[in-house]
Amino acid sequence: MTTTADVPETVTVDDIRPRPASPRSRWLRRGVPLAAVAVLAVLPFSTVDLPALLPGPVNSPGSLQLLAICLVFAGLAATYDLLFGRTGLLSFGHALYVALGSYTVNIAVTKLDLALPAALLLAVLVGLIVPALLGAVALRVNGIAFAMVTLATAQVGSIVVMSDPGRLTGGEEGLPLAPGAIPGFLSGVANTANLYWLALGYLVVVLAVIAWVVESEPGRVWQAIRENERRVSVLGLPSYRFRLLAFVIASFLATLGGVVHLFLVGGSSPQITTSNFTLAFLVMVVLGGTGSRWGAMLGGVLYTYLDHRLAALGTSDAVAGLPEVLRAPLSEPLFVLGVLFIVMVYFLPGGLASLTTRLRGSSK
Amino acid sequence: MSNIVLLALTGLGLGALYFLIASGLSLIFGLADVLNFAHGLFLAVGAYGTWWSSTHLGLGFVPAVVFGVLAGTATAVLVEMLLIRPLYRRTIEQVLVTVGLSLAGVALLQAAFGADPLTFPRPEWATGTTRILGAIVPNDRFLLIGAAVVVLAAIQVFLRRTRFGLIVRAGVEDRTMVTALGINVRTAFTLVFAIGGAAAALAGALAGVYFGNVSPGQGTSLLIFAFIVVVIGGMGSVTGSAVAAVLVGLVQQFTSFYAAAGVGEASVVLLLAVVLLARPGGLAGRAA
Repeated sequence: MTTTADVPETVTVDDIRPRPASPRSRWLRRGVPLAAVAVLAVLPFSTVDLPALLPGPVNSPGSLQLLAICLVFAGLAATYDLLFGRTGLLSFGHALYVALGSYTVNIAVTKLDLALPAALLLAVLVGLIVPALLGAVALRVNGIAFAMVTLATAQVGSIVVMSDPGRLTGGEEGLPLAPGAIPGFLSGVANTANLYWLALGYLVVVLAVIAWVVESEPGRVWQAIRENERRVSVLGLPSYRFRLLAFVIASFLATLGGVVHLFLVGGSSPQITTSNFTLAFLVMVVLGGTGSRWGAMLGGVLYTYLDHRLAALGTSDAVAGLPEVLRAPLSEPLFVLGVLFIVMVYFLPGGLASLTTRLRGSSK
Repeated sequence: MSNIVLLALTGLGLGALYFLIASGLSLIFGLADVLNFAHGLFLAVGAYGTWWSSTHLGLGFVPAVVFGVLAGTATAVLVEMLLIRPLYRRTIEQVLVTVGLSLAGVALLQAAFGADPLTFPRPEWATGTTRILGAIVPNDRFLLIGAAVVVLAAIQVFLRRTRFGLIVRAGVEDRTMVTALGINVRTAFTLVFAIGGAAAALAGALAGVYFGNVSPGQGTSLLIFAFIVVVIGGMGSVTGSAVAAVLVGLVQQFTSFYAAAGVGEASVVLLLAVVLLARPGGLAGRAA
């Protein structure tokens, strides 16, 4: 596209080689996440009431459900960031893989009467094979064309789900998970805490896998591809294979996220197949900060939380007192999120994750 | 035979709709490198503008469409001047801003007019049918095809016969060189947004006639197919978009009818995959 804007800054070997971390930063890198996970893990035992922030006490099923959904979306946003932030692949079809996980397991246990372990195994296989096949075709092209191909394939997925082939997907109504299809400790309102821990486990696994792969050799090649793909090819590295690897890993993790999402909401809805669902991931990742350690996760939590709570805000007393001109837009979560997103792109391009660097920079 | 005629004309009508959206997208992308997700918003503004002026101001069909097109054009120009221009050369941020706009804009329309489809005021003559070669064809198909042909001709005249058209064509070819020659390309940016916005708004009004109703999300689903048309046709080429739109419309109609519902959309994507693998630059693109 533009020729002058594409000239990269000079990258030396030292920039790519991992630097030994100082003891303090190593403590921060290991300790803070562990502490955060520990706090999140004991939340279901807390009875603290945060009336403005959560629908009930922290350990009430409503609050735990909301928190669990936030955690799942944090994980899903991190998988999207692996494509967009880490490798520079702008995909508009990530929703397809979330839907793939959700619908595969759901159809297997609800319609085909498979046992849950068999259904999960099926989801794992499908979650590896489908991205490998579709990615192999889509990655033949780059940039905007890649975005369009992923958008188009996801749209076909959405249309297939909507058209309810063989009465398998439930069409526009969605497909509720058959009662008794999943083990007792994961179903029912009383067991929301278990679902919450499942969601937390998913997030931890995703973050751990991503932290591990981006530090590995492919991870550094992905970073190089993001910065300047032509240079990677000139160096003799098969960039196509590395991009495919990133695509398959991210899509596979998204498929697993779809399964967790299925358990959490108790069914598959065609909403998770739409292009708007993918755009939500893009918004999350940019809100949080692309290609950073915690950015995507923060963005995912923030977006999901706002998306759910803004609907409640729209009917709250504070907004009800406003004139109609202001009230109507504020009761649409997507309007608030869209505007917030545009403001972020302008005024905080690095996302929330860049706030810490900025604050540190200004305090020096 | 009558089936084939009806399917062909319906496919052409759908293709006309795709072309109206894709032509603007293609020009905007070709010149300004902006992948414009807000295009669906321009379309929705056109559709709602037409609906609103017809039901609230009591305008006839043609003045109402003119009102809708003006509203869409104004939206497009405002978006370009206020939101896109400050992010000149930062392609990814521009895409992100248009994504945010499409989310917020659709939500705003939903807040103002409700999420349910509204019945679109169709003129009397568009609801009738005409017999052609034994097929009973709804008249709105001719309206769509006619409008697309007129727009295609107008854009071609603009591009080939006017000074601004020359700048746009040169800018699509090599923007850096045009800038280096001391020509202000940014005016041309606003201009292609205005043209694209007008065409999209017209598509919105005509989609209202075609589907019989108007809903906030309508633009988004049409936009996806318009994107496919742009990629198949080759980015930046209006003629390429026209050929691709006809192709996509026909393929979608015929396969949907002779196979199952959903197969039409799948075959369009298959077409996209084949074209991209054979000619990554699209039909009109230079072979990469």
